[in-house]
Amino acid sequence: MKIRRSRIPSMAGIILVLAGIAGSRILWAQEGGPECPQGSAGLSGSLQIVGSSSMEKLARVLAEGFMEIYPDVSVNIQFTGTSAGMEAVAEGRADIGNVSRDLTEGERARGIVENRVGLDGIAVCVDSGNPVDSLTEEQLAGIYTGEITSWAWVGGEDIPIVTVGRETVSGTRSAFEGLLGIENRCTYANELDSTGAVMARVAATPGAIGYVSFDAVWGGTQGHTVKVLALDGVPPGAETVKSGDYPLCRPLSMVTKGELTSQNRLVTAWFDYVYGEEGRKAAEEAGVIKIPSKGNLHSEWQGEEDMR
Amino acid sequence: MKQREKSTLAEEAAQMLFTFCGTLCILAVAAVTFYMIVSGIPAIRRIGLSGILFGTAWNPTGKEPEFGILYIILTSLIGTFMAAMIGVPVGVLTAVYLAELSGRRQAWAVKSAVEVLAGIPSVIYGLLGIYLLNPLMYRLERAVFADSDTHRFTGGANLLSAALVLAVMILPTVINISESSLRAVNPGIREASMALGATRIQTVFCSLLPGAAPGIATAVVLGLGRAMGEAMAITLVSGGCVNPPFPFQSVRFLTTALVSEMGYAHGLHRQVLFTIGLVLFVFIMLVNLAVDGILRKRAERWENE
Repeated sequence: MKIRRSRIPSMAGIILVLAGIAGSRILWAQEGGPECPQGSAGLSGSLQIVGSSSMEKLARVLAEGFMEIYPDVSVNIQFTGTSAGMEAVAEGRADIGNVSRDLTEGERARGIVENRVGLDGIAVCVDSGNPVDSLTEEQLAGIYTGEITSWAWVGGEDIPIVTVGRETVSGTRSAFEGLLGIENRCTYANELDSTGAVMARVAATPGAIGYVSFDAVWGGTQGHTVKVLALDGVPPGAETVKSGDYPLCRPLSMVTKGELTSQNRLVTAWFDYVYGEEGRKAAEEAGVIKIPSKGNLHSEWQGEEDMR
Repeated sequence: MKQREKSTLAEEAAQMLFTFCGTLCILAVAAVTFYMIVSGIPAIRRIGLSGILFGTAWNPTGKEPEFGILYIILTSLIGTFMAAMIGVPVGVLTAVYLAELSGRRQAWAVKSAVEVLAGIPSVIYGLLGIYLLNPLMYRLERAVFADSDTHRFTGGANLLSAALVLAVMILPTVINISESSLRAVNPGIREASMALGATRIQTVFCSLLPGAAPGIATAVVLGLGRAMGEAMAITLVSGGCVNPPFPFQSVRFLTTALVSEMGYAHGLHRQVLFTIGLVLFVFIMLVNLAVDGILRKRAERWENE
């Protein structure tokens, strides 16, 4: 009996506390409700975006900014990979697909249209104790295909090269291998499943070399743990990617089924935002090089591609 | 009268609640089993069982994709075995120390440490592995392969590192269960052994350990189960390439294959990942059956005595 009596107050206490928490939640939710700004332009509904995981940061930043302007629109983003996104758009399961490589002929034939939103560079990095500052593209390809196994061969100390890369299904890996022309010929010492893991491994291993997308080595505190190499003497950076001098860069685009002009109001509003001033600012925040403004989209990009 | 009716009602309600909770576990196991089989089978049908289980080429995104997981299976088996080879002797001897040789204070210190060891999240083991264990292993690797021209240096992220991390992670399981089974040995056996003039160490190795053998076997098998299912820690230290499981090779386990590819995979590749999950599930089931078998045998023996 004694035990029972002493338990009752404590149980009552717990119940009171729980009730209090629940009550305050409800109140808070009610207060929070009316504060939200009313939907501008009367747009509502949901926007489905599916695709590349290397565009995660960009897509999230853009979606946040977009939903601030159109609070009644919910933007749902899935990061299932470039090819999966393309498939979803072709089948009409998604409005927009995030794509971090060029489209194939087959994909164009299915009515998928590429709307470029920026460029992403791939940075090559080594551990901070490595004296090597620059590699040529041939050297880099040789290192990853296993022809060059010691740093001494490329002007460094005589220690073995530990090649760190991404897992087979990574978009960054296929872009890296594709740009160097060494698809499926690479011999990796480590295949890791995220950008962060590559950075950690390279930083902790003397003689390691790895590749990550630009936003990982800038715009964070991680920059100093690894050393970023120049390629063919060109340091990686927004300027050299824009000018086309830096060899390892890839287009980022948001694909739609059919031309932009034939899209519904929601999708049109999305691209107006992405190509507008605010979208460009958001993209810069996310570490993406540049979003061309809508008007001169094709001419500007065509010109740059021709130059390269 | 009324009071009694009320209480029976409450009794019945409680009974139903408990039954419901009990059934929930069975339902969960049944659902997982059903789901794993249903989603693991399609890839086997499309590629063929031997093509998946005994193929050695893993290239799921190539133009002609290949889905052989033999190296991945072998890595899981051998990695787990290596972890047990390192972790079990240490664990069992620690259990002997705790049960037989240590003073109260020392036992308290060791037990607290073991408890903390059990509570450390596996990702912490992985991080320590990257920053402490891997550099050490890399030094060892460079010493071992100093004269080799063909060895692909892994930077210390290899099977041996993963096995060492797993060995530490199974220690709490092995120590706790071994200790309790050592304590459960009939005290008469110890007394008889000492009375016959055996030293303490002789008593431990000739009387107590054999007496506690079934319990220790359970401990080992449960440890194997834990090592087999671990993913987070070893994905950080094992290197991640699909290679035959040699100590200084960068390898991929069943669990780490799932972790690193599930996010991206689609189509047949995704189905094969479910098949990998099914293989892992079968291994874990076998481990559980083994534990069950050992426990049943022990119960029979006790009944006979």
